[in-house]
Amino acid sequence: MKASDRDLRGMKDDEFVDILEERRCSSDLGHAFRTFNPQPYKGGPPCSAADLNKALLDSHFLHRVVKEVAMETGSSQEKVMEEAGEILVEMSHNLHLPFIRLMGYTFSKVIKRLFTSIFVNMDGLNTLQQAVQENPVILMPNHRSYVDFLIISYILFTYDIPVPVIAAGVPLAEMKIVGEILRRSGAFFIRRSIGSDKLYWAVLSEYVRGIVRHGFAPVEFYVEGLRSRTLKSLTPKLGMMQMVLEPYFKGEVFDITLVPISISYDRVLEESLLARELLGVPKPKESTAGLLKASRVLQEDYGSMQVNFGQPLSVRKLCEGKINRSYYNLVPRDLPMKPSAEALACVSWLAHVVVGLQERGSLISPWSLMACLLIQEPTTVLAEQGLLWDDLTEKTLWLRKMVLDFGARLNWPGEAPNSAVMSSAISLHRSIVYLKAGRVYLTQEEVPLRRHRISPEEGVFRTAVPVLMLAAYRNQSLHALVRPAMLAMSICITRSTQRDELFRFFCFLQEVFANEFIFIPGNLSQDFEEACLCLNSCGAVYISEQEVRVSEQSSEVITFLQKLLQPFIDSYQLIFRCVCEEEQVQVFTEKQFLAAVRALALKLILSGETESELHTYETLSSDTQKNVLSALCRLEAVAKLRTSEINEFKVNKAAVRRITDALCGKIPPQMLQAPPDARL
Amino acid sequence: MASSSSGGSGSGSEMQRTAQHRISVIAGHLRRPAEGDVAVRAEECKAPQSRLEASGDGRTVPMKRHEVMKWNGWGYSDSRFLFNKKGQAEFTGKRYKLSGMILPALKDWFEGTFGASLQHKSPATPLLNTSAVQAPTLNQDFVEELKSIGVPFSHEAEDRAFRGHGHCLHEIFALREGKIGRVPDMVVWPNCHNDVEKIVALACKHNVCLIPYGGGTSVSSALECPPEETRSIVSLDTSQMNRILWIDEKNLTAHVEAGIIGQDLERLLNESGYCTGHEPDSMEFSSLGGWVSTRASGMKKNIYGNIEDLVVHIKMVTPQGVIEKSCQGPRMSTGPDIHHFILGSEGTLGVVTEVTMKIRPVPEYQKYGSVVFPNFEQGVACLREVAKQRCAPASIRLMDNEQFMFGHALKPQVSSIFTSFLDGLKKFYITKFKGFDPSRLCVATLLFEGNREKVLQHEKQVYDIAAKFGGLAAGEDNGQRGYMLTFVIAYLRDLGMDYYVIAESFETSVPWDRVLDVCRNVKARVVRECKDKGVQFSPLSSCRVTQTYDAGACVYFYFAFNYRGLSDPVHVYEQVEHAAREEILANGGSLSHHHGVGKLRKEWMRETVSEVGVGMLQSVKDYVDPKNIFGNRNLL
Repeated sequence: MKASDRDLRGMKDDEFVDILEERRCSSDLGHAFRTFNPQPYKGGPPCSAADLNKALLDSHFLHRVVKEVAMETGSSQEKVMEEAGEILVEMSHNLHLPFIRLMGYTFSKVIKRLFTSIFVNMDGLNTLQQAVQENPVILMPNHRSYVDFLIISYILFTYDIPVPVIAAGVPLAEMKIVGEILRRSGAFFIRRSIGSDKLYWAVLSEYVRGIVRHGFAPVEFYVEGLRSRTLKSLTPKLGMMQMVLEPYFKGEVFDITLVPISISYDRVLEESLLARELLGVPKPKESTAGLLKASRVLQEDYGSMQVNFGQPLSVRKLCEGKINRSYYNLVPRDLPMKPSAEALACVSWLAHVVVGLQERGSLISPWSLMACLLIQEPTTVLAEQGLLWDDLTEKTLWLRKMVLDFGARLNWPGEAPNSAVMSSAISLHRSIVYLKAGRVYLTQEEVPLRRHRISPEEGVFRTAVPVLMLAAYRNQSLHALVRPAMLAMSICITRSTQRDELFRFFCFLQEVFANEFIFIPGNLSQDFEEACLCLNSCGAVYISEQEVRVSEQSSEVITFLQKLLQPFIDSYQLIFRCVCEEEQVQVFTEKQFLAAVRALALKLILSGETESELHTYETLSSDTQKNVLSALCRLEAVAKLRTSEINEFKVNKAAVRRITDALCGKIPPQMLQAPPDARL
Repeated sequence: MASSSSGGSGSGSEMQRTAQHRISVIAGHLRRPAEGDVAVRAEECKAPQSRLEASGDGRTVPMKRHEVMKWNGWGYSDSRFLFNKKGQAEFTGKRYKLSGMILPALKDWFEGTFGASLQHKSPATPLLNTSAVQAPTLNQDFVEELKSIGVPFSHEAEDRAFRGHGHCLHEIFALREGKIGRVPDMVVWPNCHNDVEKIVALACKHNVCLIPYGGGTSVSSALECPPEETRSIVSLDTSQMNRILWIDEKNLTAHVEAGIIGQDLERLLNESGYCTGHEPDSMEFSSLGGWVSTRASGMKKNIYGNIEDLVVHIKMVTPQGVIEKSCQGPRMSTGPDIHHFILGSEGTLGVVTEVTMKIRPVPEYQKYGSVVFPNFEQGVACLREVAKQRCAPASIRLMDNEQFMFGHALKPQVSSIFTSFLDGLKKFYITKFKGFDPSRLCVATLLFEGNREKVLQHEKQVYDIAAKFGGLAAGEDNGQRGYMLTFVIAYLRDLGMDYYVIAESFETSVPWDRVLDVCRNVKARVVRECKDKGVQFSPLSSCRVTQTYDAGACVYFYFAFNYRGLSDPVHVYEQVEHAAREEILANGGSLSHHHGVGKLRKEWMRETVSEVGVGMLQSVKDYVDPKNIFGNRNLL
């Protein structure tokens, strides 16, 4: 009985423990003043924040760069050094145990209000505890909410593991008081746009390398670079990753341990803010006053949160055969050097591997499964007629089985009856949908009383906000479904059963959507195999050496998966069309591009021209729009011009049309470019 | 003989006196303290001279090596470590300072470090089973002509088996199991340069493979007979070419036959008041010719230089004839130095027969010393500073914590309560009062040489630098024990192998800025590889910085593990050693500082010296030895 419950939840072997349970029955003050006694790092004695800064300012590396910068700018070395010192003051952390305690106390108070429970996997913590003693550890959580920021420190403090130093954005440092608290809790601050500021890069990279080399405290950073507005994993940013790994490449440490951490939320605090941001409402600047104003979010319930510490990864093992460390043998240790192409490829690959593991480690909530289904309904139906509750629950259970077949990890409470689980999910997310008389409806913001009329555009936005929120929760499941869905899409578009043709189209889709979903470079054939096996496991296809054939009785799987990806296809096609449409325009800026896309999408939604209107709501998301632009650049259909300070883009319409045609299956798969040889 | 006459010339008694002093100095780290001078002369206590006596001058190495030395282990047959009935370690024989002493701490260290137990023994095959040695493939025409020129030779199994190996772990391990692979088909003992010329000419004429053999202390598989060799293999043992032909006191050079072994050379020169100062750790057994052909390094190179700095003139017999320079000018600009084709040629081009070497008057005063550092990082920083100020003593070595502990385990039984009390006090002072962490501290051992005043001055300078890096002077005793460790380490390996523990050492040279990285990463790699390869017990992985240079240092590693539970321990060990070398190269270390390449490290030559570099060496080989008479297949 118990075992089957476990299986249903998809949390097979891991022991997840609710750390809030203890906090609810014992004193927070006692917790904050607990004796904190982590196992020390074997590689060397502890090193204070001040020692670290001093070592940096004394380093040959920095002195070299300072000399260069002084030469280039014509100012004196002392002045440049002073500047470097200032950068360091702005940047450096000042980790203090008493502040960790203070933070712990406040944090206990806040999270108990917000969340019903915080599940943490104990075996992950145990292996981490071992790992921090052996090698420098890099904690790499995904980033979905501001709450992520200190939760790891809080957990590590609770379980006697050295608290990390955390890479944060400078805007946080500028918040009054809060910035200082964060700094003393171990945050260090990085400017958002560094550009070509050589001195800044030098200070930052040496600072990060210094922390890694000393190894006494784990480094925590978000490899995705920012909070994901769409709750989907973002293409990893490589700058920080490279800095963190360089000590290994140079042999300054024996090994580095990467720990992917997956944080999943039943409900994200910032959900509506994120949707608004995607629709173009600017993000409020981080400020203490803003934080206090936002305290009304404390009144609401956000369900539970799951923190899954992944298996520690040895960089040394992963890089075996991928990197030639003797690259650095013939130059001085502290000479600023561009990494080799090989090293860059390896960094990128590792970053993708980590994000992939973050995805696989996240737990899919029942609500996210429901969102997958809800968003496939036409908006008008959801907004006006509503969807039959019984249909939704039945389909959700069907989807749950399928997702489990695909090997995903689910967070489906085993104790309660399924219907209760689903209705509580609905009530947790009443900001998006609500249940009335056996039907589910889309929640739309009240129209302010004093305004009688709202413009059609405002109407669209009223609907777009909950739809994009819904899409975001759907995205929480996508990582488990995207590979089989791409195969299903390949089957539907090519109408082929030939394995090699499907593989070609599959590769083409990966290439087009590489900014949308995380694919590990050089993993194409494994991804395809995995997709085949998934569809086979739920009985949707039969596979043989040469063929992948759809089975008649479970076509609903293929249909579902195809509809899951359809919004992406539609959005991309629409934007491609938009790029090609404007006859005279050859060159545009990003701003012009975004405005044009938005105008076209709005026009189409309002005219009701497209058959199923809902898809185009996602076209309104600036995230999608930017991804398409990056994809077009990557596919060399659009060229980035660096004529002025603003980036301008030049479009090659023929190339865009070719992609458009390929995407609707007008180009036979054998004519598509052969999949590139597996890189790495 | 020249050597004996030169000893008596000039101010005889004065020289005799310095010579005596010099001998006792060497005895300092090699032998028992001189009681009379009995213990100084190794031959006093060795087996009776071989009946095939050649030079008759009472040298250490007879033609029949196995009569004095172990056939399947290191060194003299009468000297070995063992655990006595009480379970205490002792060192047998009378040759060394440690001989006859009880080492009470060794057992605990041994069992604690390796998880070994005195209950679990893995004894060696006691006697060579001559029937296990393949019958020799003889080239009859060659043998006939050899007889006619009157050079002694043998094709007895013992002689041949002895010359088919060096002292790599896998070689000794196989011998202990009684396994004998391809060995030379015969052994010849030339007596002088002319003999060698004749032998090489005959070998060319009859297409016989020659493998020069000096002291047999190779640790690079250089002496292994290539299994693919189908010709008759003749081991050319230079041990009987062991005379000092003349000493030139005006130019301070000595002309020496290349077969002489280190201890004999040093002793004979000492009798004339001179020394070469070349003291590799193997100097008890290794030969001058071997040093030249492997680019050897001595522990006192800071004063005297490495072998390439010490040689003035080399004579080598090659299949194309004799190669030598026409004069003894101290430096020449005559194209690439032809000595550098010979130095490090590892027996692939010919046989070094005679060498003119620099000599120095025996130093009047010698002093050991040691410094304890709170951690290895500080120690390396201190050595770097010493090198920077160019004030390195004759020898300066920095042992890591593991090796420091190892050295301590070799402390002989303390004779009085007072000494043990003092030891306790010292330990208390360092760990409690000075706050050194016993699991991190490390020790540098020092050896100063020169005139007394300068030595004391020098000593102060070095200790002052050490103090800046948190170093505390830790006495002469610790220093001396450190050097002793390097001389007995090979004997200790045999002891380990009696109890399922196998061990090996390897070395590298590395720029200063990478010393710490190489040490840390290679040690860690050894530990990780052992674990990955299924070694059940945690290994000993230890290193020392053993030489300093202006631009870098030489690092020496020991690794050892308990192989109980492994089906193929030698294979595991080879994989670990291979991985360790990969790690060294990846971290900017060299392929070898002084052990050479042999066949063990050949695979990395291309990446080490580049494609063109290998081609250059190959073209020299092709010209000098087109028929591959010197067919040991080392290096390339």
